[in-house]
Amino acid sequence: MTVKQLSVFVENRPGRLCAVTQALAEAGINIRAVSIADTKDFGIMRIIVNDTDKAVAALKERDFIASSANVIAVIADDKPGSMAAIMKTLYNDNISVEYMYAAFLNPEQGTACLILRVDSNDKAVTALTEAGCKLLSEEDIAKI
Amino acid sequence: MSKRYWNEKIECMDRDEMRALQSERLVKQVKHVWDNVPYYRKKMEEKGVTPDDIKGIEDLHKLPFLSKADLREGYPYGLLAKPLSECVRIQSTSGTTGKRVVAFYTQNDVDMWEDCVARAITAAGGTKDDICQVAYGYGLFTGGAGLHGGSHKVGCLTLPMSSGNTERQIQFMIDLGATILCCTPSYAAYIGETLHEMGYTPDDIKLKAGIFGAEPWTEEMRKQIEESLGIKAYDIYGLTETSGPGVAFECEEQHGMHINEDNFIAEIIDPDTGETLPDGSKGELVFTSITKEAFPLLRYRTRDICVLSRGKCSCGRTLVKMSKPMGRSDDMLIIKGVNVFPSQIETVLLKDFNATPNYQIVVDRVGNSDTFEIKVELSPDMFSDTIRDVSALERKLSADIVQILGIKAKISLVEPKSIPRSEGKAVRVIDKRKLV
Repeated sequence: MTVKQLSVFVENRPGRLCAVTQALAEAGINIRAVSIADTKDFGIMRIIVNDTDKAVAALKERDFIASSANVIAVIADDKPGSMAAIMKTLYNDNISVEYMYAAFLNPEQGTACLILRVDSNDKAVTALTEAGCKLLSEEDIAKI
Repeated sequence: MSKRYWNEKIECMDRDEMRALQSERLVKQVKHVWDNVPYYRKKMEEKGVTPDDIKGIEDLHKLPFLSKADLREGYPYGLLAKPLSECVRIQSTSGTTGKRVVAFYTQNDVDMWEDCVARAITAAGGTKDDICQVAYGYGLFTGGAGLHGGSHKVGCLTLPMSSGNTERQIQFMIDLGATILCCTPSYAAYIGETLHEMGYTPDDIKLKAGIFGAEPWTEEMRKQIEESLGIKAYDIYGLTETSGPGVAFECEEQHGMHINEDNFIAEIIDPDTGETLPDGSKGELVFTSITKEAFPLLRYRTRDICVLSRGKCSCGRTLVKMSKPMGRSDDMLIIKGVNVFPSQIETVLLKDFNATPNYQIVVDRVGNSDTFEIKVELSPDMFSDTIRDVSALERKLSADIVQILGIKAKISLVEPKSIPRSEGKAVRVIDKRKLV
């Protein structure tokens, strides 16, 4: 069970984030989670939205470079040690995390949501499910 | 009193006498090329010209042109006019793979070249009593070899420093009392800056003159170099295809460069029609080597745009003068002294991107050094959601550019359609340097 993540290439100059978010706003896209990885000259904006395909189309139409990839959205209890437990589960199965960030997604009270990009989605989904973690699906994201 | 001319007979020769000398040498040279360079002979045959049609300099226009494309086609031996056993030297243009020019020299060719450089050094006030610091790069590049040879010919004590290691350059300059500096103008400016940063002033060095070439420079830069080093700065012009630096040189007037016409016939042509233009017109400079043995190029198109003038020069030389090149009739750029063609960058992009993305070359001059940036529009195929992959692409492009051009460029990946287009066509080169 994975969710789609939107990635957008943004040059490191004033106005670019404004342009990306404006394009999403005009397409009626709701942003669920966002993170930016940056270098001196450019950044990659990673976004979880309610409709990834529509978002990619809207951005491409405006000449942005956008793509989608499958990532894992895992629910963690909002208490000390829950993120460590998730990391340990992945580490035990020798799964590498390329990057991760927190999402503004709280489907239930007292939980937090992490977005994980790993080297093997299949292995991670199995490991986390077996460890009793709750993963979000595309439908879950669209509903929130 | 220092000697004013290296070869007074030639440098101050009466115009008619010079024309007669050029005619005589041209006729002989055309025959030499016809007999020994099948490539050019074919070009002449295609134009319906034989050596019999060339009776003097007035017939020069009948000969076909040679261009860099011919040199590429003939690479490496296609334009060679002497057996390799008669050749003693090879020099080559700066760094590049796709557009390399390899030139061959017999001992007579080397002597002629060094004689031309000796005239330049003498015109800059150099004599056998001088200490000449050669800070041009040594190697295949003609800068180091040319000035080194000329310095020997004049009898200067020659310091073969090559370029780089600036603090050591200055230490030697001070300790050994160098009086003449030869390098690129941007390096001269940098040496000047470093001298002051090290806490010295021009009073601490004995330099009196500098001979600077291989890249375009302005009058402002001349003033700056002259002040920072306390010298007179002279321009020198040349290209590997004709021999190297010393094809033309500045005299004490510092206004235009005298062309060594006894070896090189200069013409100005309309770059579009190929028609010869009268003296004083602005156009493309074309050279015919009339004394070179191994690599005698006839009517070689330099692509440099300039003006020839035959007005009387206060230095007494009668050799025709060329202005500083005012631009190019092709798209070649000279960046950090290296010849760069946009097509070379396209080759790299094509290789690394599997397609030619939109790109733009941005050249500027900060202080006295060139900056070189290549902006490349990222394509969806090359995009990944990890910084690692995108940065790896950037690094690969950067490494491949160094490989092809020999100089580093800053690679900037930019968003699609962010490079401005005029009439739908992307603007490939933005040169912000004010060099003319």
